[in-house]
Amino acid sequence: MLPTPSTSHVCFDRVYEPAEDSFLLLDTLSSSSEAAFLQERFSNAQSTPPLVLEVGVGSGVVLAFTAANAKRILGRQDVLTIGTDINSFACQAAAQTIRTAITEHGHGKTISLDVVNGDLASCLRPQSVDVFIFNPPYVPADLPDFARHERYNGLPDGDRKTTFEQDSYLLELSYAGGEEGMVVTNRMLEQIPEILSTDRGVAYVLLCAQNKPEAVKQGIRQWGTGWMAETVGSSGKQAGWEKLQIVRIWKEQA
Amino acid sequence: MKLLTLNFLTCAIKTCKSAPSSFPLHPRDASLEVIETDLNLPFLKNILPRLMWDELRVITSELGLPDLPPTPPTREDLVVAAEDAAVEGEESEEEASQTAKDLHRVLLETTVKEGKLVCGNCGHEYKVLEGVPNFLLPGHLV
Ligand SMILES: C[S@@+](CC[C@H](N)C(=O)[O-])C[C@H]1O[C@@H](n2cnc3c(N)ncnc32)[C@H](O)[C@@H]1O
Ligand SMILES: [Zn+2]
Repeated sequence: MLPTPSTSHVCFDRVYEPAEDSFLLLDTLSSSSEAAFLQERFSNAQSTPPLVLEVGVGSGVVLAFTAANAKRILGRQDVLTIGTDINSFACQAAAQTIRTAITEHGHGKTISLDVVNGDLASCLRPQSVDVFIFNPPYVPADLPDFARHERYNGLPDGDRKTTFEQDSYLLELSYAGGEEGMVVTNRMLEQIPEILSTDRGVAYVLLCAQNKPEAVKQGIRQWGTGWMAETVGSSGKQAGWEKLQIVRIWKEQA
Repeated sequence: MKLLTLNFLTCAIKTCKSAPSSFPLHPRDASLEVIETDLNLPFLKNILPRLMWDELRVITSELGLPDLPPTPPTREDLVVAAEDAAVEGEESEEEASQTAKDLHRVLLETTVKEGKLVCGNCGHEYKVLEGVPNFLLPGHLV
């Protein structure tokens, strides 16, 4: 078992606490079948360092794990990581989680770029991402009212503490996914063909049963020739249904 | 925010992406901080083909940093030539050249602590606060 990064410095009143979904991502990325898939794509020591992007880093546990175990997962140490989150408190927390994990377990070798406060992957250069990871807000629940975002995304002027309303808003951002829990994920899926590198890009996206994963995968396969979507990890079987699953999205070269 | 990060970022406004002038983002009113980190020579060698060298030169010159050479270094430029390196019988690790050290300093140790990043196409200014750039647009959040 690879060690789980420490998140003991993170305040879970306003940043998503690692849960079953986070751990399913860790397990899937480090499974022998995914490591084999990824190493075939990336382990050539002379090729350029792959860029790993996680959108919605939260505490940073997933990206920190990937960074610290880059050798085991991607077959190389010279990996670049970058993260984004809509919640600025998550950005600060994740940056520290990643820093600590790389020094403690990654022999300081992985190159962690920054954690950017932004919407999805909108600030990334097209075709620049080699490995994409997203554990989205996937619960079918009304999206929070974004009119409050600017006010709630930092500490109130002159104040040292967040308010209760502010914390609830920030946590809503981490789980509420709108209709069928798919509103944020659908916006992200639309960006994937544009941000992934054309020759070796691959994406991992978590879905829950209410997201209608079979239909989502079918939709991805219709993006065009070569687009693939397969379930590569799952947890929480209930009456024959997987509660959570990880879908791998990639394009087969013609 | 590390300067290497700017190699991968562009304006968040959709219609800017196809405009060449939306990359690189231009740092303005930036306060810099140097945070030392270990030099990773294999990484530096492998990242060379991914660097947008001309754009990187624009950024360093706008920040008033020492000029980068007009053409990117080669892999060989990053290593001290074998005859100069101390050979002590056993297999010695490759030694980073001054060029490698300078590149490491620019890409990974020089960080923007506070300031703005400006899009050359639409003029939008993105703030950097405590080292974290903010790319949120009012239009995103609807
Ligand atoms: C379910 S949490 C996952 C957190 C972490 N990756 C993990 O696995 O533990 C979803 C994260 O996505 C972030 N998020 C929600 N909407 C976003 C958006 N539009 N752009 C970027 N991040 C977003 C939330 O703030 C939250 O941190
Ligand atoms: Zn722009």
